[in-house]
Amino acid sequence: MNGDEACAEGAVAAGCSFFAGYPITPSTEVSEHLALRLPEVDGVYIQMEDELASMAAVLGASASGARAMTATSGPGLSLMLENLGLGIFLELPCVLVDVQRGSPSTGLPTMPGQSDIMQVRWGSHGDYEIVAYAPWSPQEMFDLTILSFNVADRYRLPVLLMADEVVGHMVERVVIPQPDQIEHWGRKRPGTPPSDLFEPFRPDDNDLVPPMVHAGEGYHVHFTGLTHDERGYPQMSAETHHQLVTRLIEKVRLNAKDITRAESYHMTDARIVVVSYGCTARSAHHAVREARQMGIPVGLLRLISIWPFPDHLFEKLRESADSFIVAEMNLGQISREVERCTRHSVKGVYHAGGAMIPPKPILTAIREAA
Amino acid sequence: MRCYAQAILDSEIPIDNHVVVSGIGCSGRVAGYMNIDSYHTTHGRAIPFATGLKLANPDLMVTVFSGDGDLVAIGGNHLIHTARRNVDIKVICINNFNFGMTGGQAGPTTPKGARATTAPYGNPELPFNLMYLLAASGANFVSRWTVLHARQVKQDILNSFSKPGFTFIEVLAPCPVGFGKSNNIEDGLKEMKVYQERCSLVSNGDVRDKDLVIDLRKEKPIYVGKFVDDDRPPYQPTRIL
Repeated sequence: MNGDEACAEGAVAAGCSFFAGYPITPSTEVSEHLALRLPEVDGVYIQMEDELASMAAVLGASASGARAMTATSGPGLSLMLENLGLGIFLELPCVLVDVQRGSPSTGLPTMPGQSDIMQVRWGSHGDYEIVAYAPWSPQEMFDLTILSFNVADRYRLPVLLMADEVVGHMVERVVIPQPDQIEHWGRKRPGTPPSDLFEPFRPDDNDLVPPMVHAGEGYHVHFTGLTHDERGYPQMSAETHHQLVTRLIEKVRLNAKDITRAESYHMTDARIVVVSYGCTARSAHHAVREARQMGIPVGLLRLISIWPFPDHLFEKLRESADSFIVAEMNLGQISREVERCTRHSVKGVYHAGGAMIPPKPILTAIREAA
Repeated sequence: MRCYAQAILDSEIPIDNHVVVSGIGCSGRVAGYMNIDSYHTTHGRAIPFATGLKLANPDLMVTVFSGDGDLVAIGGNHLIHTARRNVDIKVICINNFNFGMTGGQAGPTTPKGARATTAPYGNPELPFNLMYLLAASGANFVSRWTVLHARQVKQDILNSFSKPGFTFIEVLAPCPVGFGKSNNIEDGLKEMKVYQERCSLVSNGDVRDKDLVIDLRKEKPIYVGKFVDDDRPPYQPTRIL
């Protein structure tokens, strides 16, 4: 199956019971496949009037207790950023799939891109941390969709699955495990019976995550996009605001090691490190293999999670590696993060989008660095 | 809000099943004042948020309480599409003819010629006739009252609870500072008197009547009452079982 369909199957396997979306290339197959599958598993599929409404409906369904999801591409994501901010602030778990295409603007609708990296990180207004994964195969479209739901529920936040057109439309074999083999992390729930005194935004000290209450459970909770105290009610003070925004950021940073994922290839003795993700990592993998055959001490660090950025992995490489190459289908968005963490200048192998970066320019960059 | 609270108590639906959703604005604050599950969302998006809540848990009685700016201006697209789908949510729209919370700017319900802080020479635009808009969009139940009609508003909210599908109740309300002051209706009581003197119960429910466009500054009737009472089946998600 293709990556978009694998993503939809991953959602079904994860117990997603609500999808609201608006068609946009190259993510449409996610919607189409869920329109077929969700009615079979007692789930809700609804096509909304736009992406603003899609994201709002997803948050509403999450507040009712559903595992809820939407899928879009760069232009649609721009519209979803408004309510992505609300989701972060109200701590409503959900999954947004962004199958990236050539951008900005309408750009190249049917061709790949990886240029939403910073839109996802900083696009909604205000300070926040975000969680995003970047699959490099249809199998990972399946696996990381499940992980996205688990992390969203565990930490009460929206999670992005940042695919690209190549991975979304690529057809490969996908192994779907038996239902009892699928990992499921549930939402943390209140330990006390319904009471008006329950404080729905009081976090636990160990992970900074407050237990989640759903609509209709009798707790009579209030959720507001205004700055709120632990009772959930508006509290218009600079102190409360600072505390709340800081906690929402610290919640992700504190749990970053549990959230982030990366994979290393030939890294043990590598003096040259290639960093890549998504479909571009497939070319980088090929180039690193060829360079190794030439005897060049090069390794690949493939980012499976994009955000929060795995600073700790790069800090470790600061001394052991001599040079860093970043291959990405944009003009240097992850490069700056790598430069920040390693304090090395980075050699970029970039393309603005529209076609996959082939192994050759990456191999050339490796040879120049050797 | 009192009418809504009274209707909840009279509804025979458990209080725990009632949920209120609002957007941004003066009446958007209602969510924070009700002791039920309540969600104060982004500007204009109360209706799609409510759609998600309701479809994910059909046992909930979901009411959207918000203003004309929130529901009709920035949220206008959601309003018409949700009415078209006939999603089973109850909308109460407090119409004060302007953006009150931000200090009296013109909006899609401001009468042509009326003054607003962003229309210092008079509003050059025509306003919506909300009864016509909602009827054309496919809402199952559409009525209009004013805050003077406390009993009727409560009764219609109660009626809407037992009417499956999308319902819309417009309630005219004074905004003496934002709208009244610059349009010779400077105090709330004066506007209530306008309601008392000029409100006329609609007889035939014809929403195309151009006299339905409200302009409090003009000596003409304000038609109130029930405009649509239909029984189209409410939206049901597809099920293959």
